[in-house]
Amino acid sequence: MRRQLPFILVFLSGAFMVFQYFVPHESSEFVYEFLLDWLTIIGGFAMVLGIWSLIRVSYDKIQRKRENWGYSVITLAGLFSMIFFGITNWQDGFGFYILQADGLNNPMFVHFFDYILIPIQATMFSLLAFFIASAAYRAFRARSVIASLLLLAALIVMMRFNPLFGAWIEDVANWLMNVPNLAAQRAIVIGLGLGMVATALKIILGIERGYMGQG
Amino acid sequence: MIPFEPIRLFAFGGFNVPIVISLLIIGGGMLWLLIRSLKAKEVDRRIVFVFIFAAVSAPLLFEITFDETATPIVKGVFEKIENMPERSRIVIAFDFDPAMAPEVQPMANAVIRHALAKNHRLIFISLWATGQALMDKTISEIIPAEFPQKQDGIDYVSLGYKAGNEGVLNVIVSNVKKMFPTDVNGVPLTDIAIFNGVRSMKDVDMVMAVGGGKPGPKEWVLFVGDAPGGPPVAVGVAAVVAPQMYPYYPKQVLGILGGIKGAAEYESELLHNYPRFAEQDTPGLRMMGPQTLAHVVIMAFIIFGNLAFFIGGRHKEKRL
Repeated sequence: MRRQLPFILVFLSGAFMVFQYFVPHESSEFVYEFLLDWLTIIGGFAMVLGIWSLIRVSYDKIQRKRENWGYSVITLAGLFSMIFFGITNWQDGFGFYILQADGLNNPMFVHFFDYILIPIQATMFSLLAFFIASAAYRAFRARSVIASLLLLAALIVMMRFNPLFGAWIEDVANWLMNVPNLAAQRAIVIGLGLGMVATALKIILGIERGYMGQG
Repeated sequence: MIPFEPIRLFAFGGFNVPIVISLLIIGGGMLWLLIRSLKAKEVDRRIVFVFIFAAVSAPLLFEITFDETATPIVKGVFEKIENMPERSRIVIAFDFDPAMAPEVQPMANAVIRHALAKNHRLIFISLWATGQALMDKTISEIIPAEFPQKQDGIDYVSLGYKAGNEGVLNVIVSNVKKMFPTDVNGVPLTDIAIFNGVRSMKDVDMVMAVGGGKPGPKEWVLFVGDAPGGPPVAVGVAAVVAPQMYPYYPKQVLGILGGIKGAAEYESELLHNYPRFAEQDTPGLRMMGPQTLAHVVIMAFIIFGNLAFFIGGRHKEKRL
């Protein structure tokens, strides 16, 4: 029964979610929304699990003084200080705000977000420009016909973003985006969709049992 | 041909020496690299970095800008907002983090300004934890300063962040209050004027999904726009994500604002139609300068790399 019960639950919920889509009735929608509530609750718990996992991994690294353990100290300090500032506010007297969003107006929370998190993440993203330029220089070589086509398409699409090159290049780039790119993207989307249907059916019918920790 | 404003060589009534020096350094350096490539010599990675740095920083320091004209794919979004009846409800989804913000925040700002100028009502929502702070920041920076007459709850409302990814969209497409019983300030949705007559996302007039990750604009299209009776969805996405959105245009997506270029085109259209925003910052148009020069440099490097590759005879080498 320890094995059958999860299969039955998965089959019933999976089959229900498939058929519900085709039954536009209030009672069917009620059950559907009820099940979706569970999805949100599980999503919330996933965040708690993630935080717990981060704390455990970082604490373990600090305790054993593993390589770069100092970064884990900063990670934990950042985590706890942002949580603390995010649920407190002292503009109208000190108070904890667990259920309201007042903590998000805490000056320390705002300052940490605006002047630490935003510049750090923006810097990391901006560095990509340098690495992409270097990678493009090294990798975009016309080694074969296919590579040459890729190179040419990349140059044309890049020129499209450039106001210096005029409308003619925009027409060519739009054709590239709207015909070959669109065809390939649609093929990928349809392929993915069919793959998802096949995987979902395998899970619903109990053929795929990876979620139970079995191959 | 797309009109562009020439580089301001004669700014401030005199000869702009810094711009000329920057261009000479970039141009001269490129010439040197071309000669090097013609001698079949490769370029060190650090030299590539120096040129990208110069190409990005020169336009920022010396205000090298270009004019933009909205393409049909961007105009589709602009015209929808422009032609909807006043007081239409528009959902603005902030599904991005600070890393993506420099690219997509300008489009969110431009759309918010446009919608409020047209007297539409805005509903802000985020499926990303980091999106809520960016959303609050945007609301507090734009609305009180530029639209002081607009009131929270009547003209705009923030629902804040909700965990659950696509699950949230699946619920709000049939019942918003079930997932968001209150707004971000704890006010019940039943007491908020914007939500009078709104049960689900099918009752809003448009969704503008700004983002680029998952969940993001694509999920808004699939779970909300494509639902029977779903609202029209427009998207503003990072440039790398834009090609993935093309299959949905024009039937499932009204229009696509792709990267800084899309933001710049929207800002240009907004300035053209609403001169009152001329004094406002236009980061999209401002950042097109660095992007344009950086692209030119990257293209030059690709060409130089291939020159060195062929002249050096390495194309004849057998690959493993």
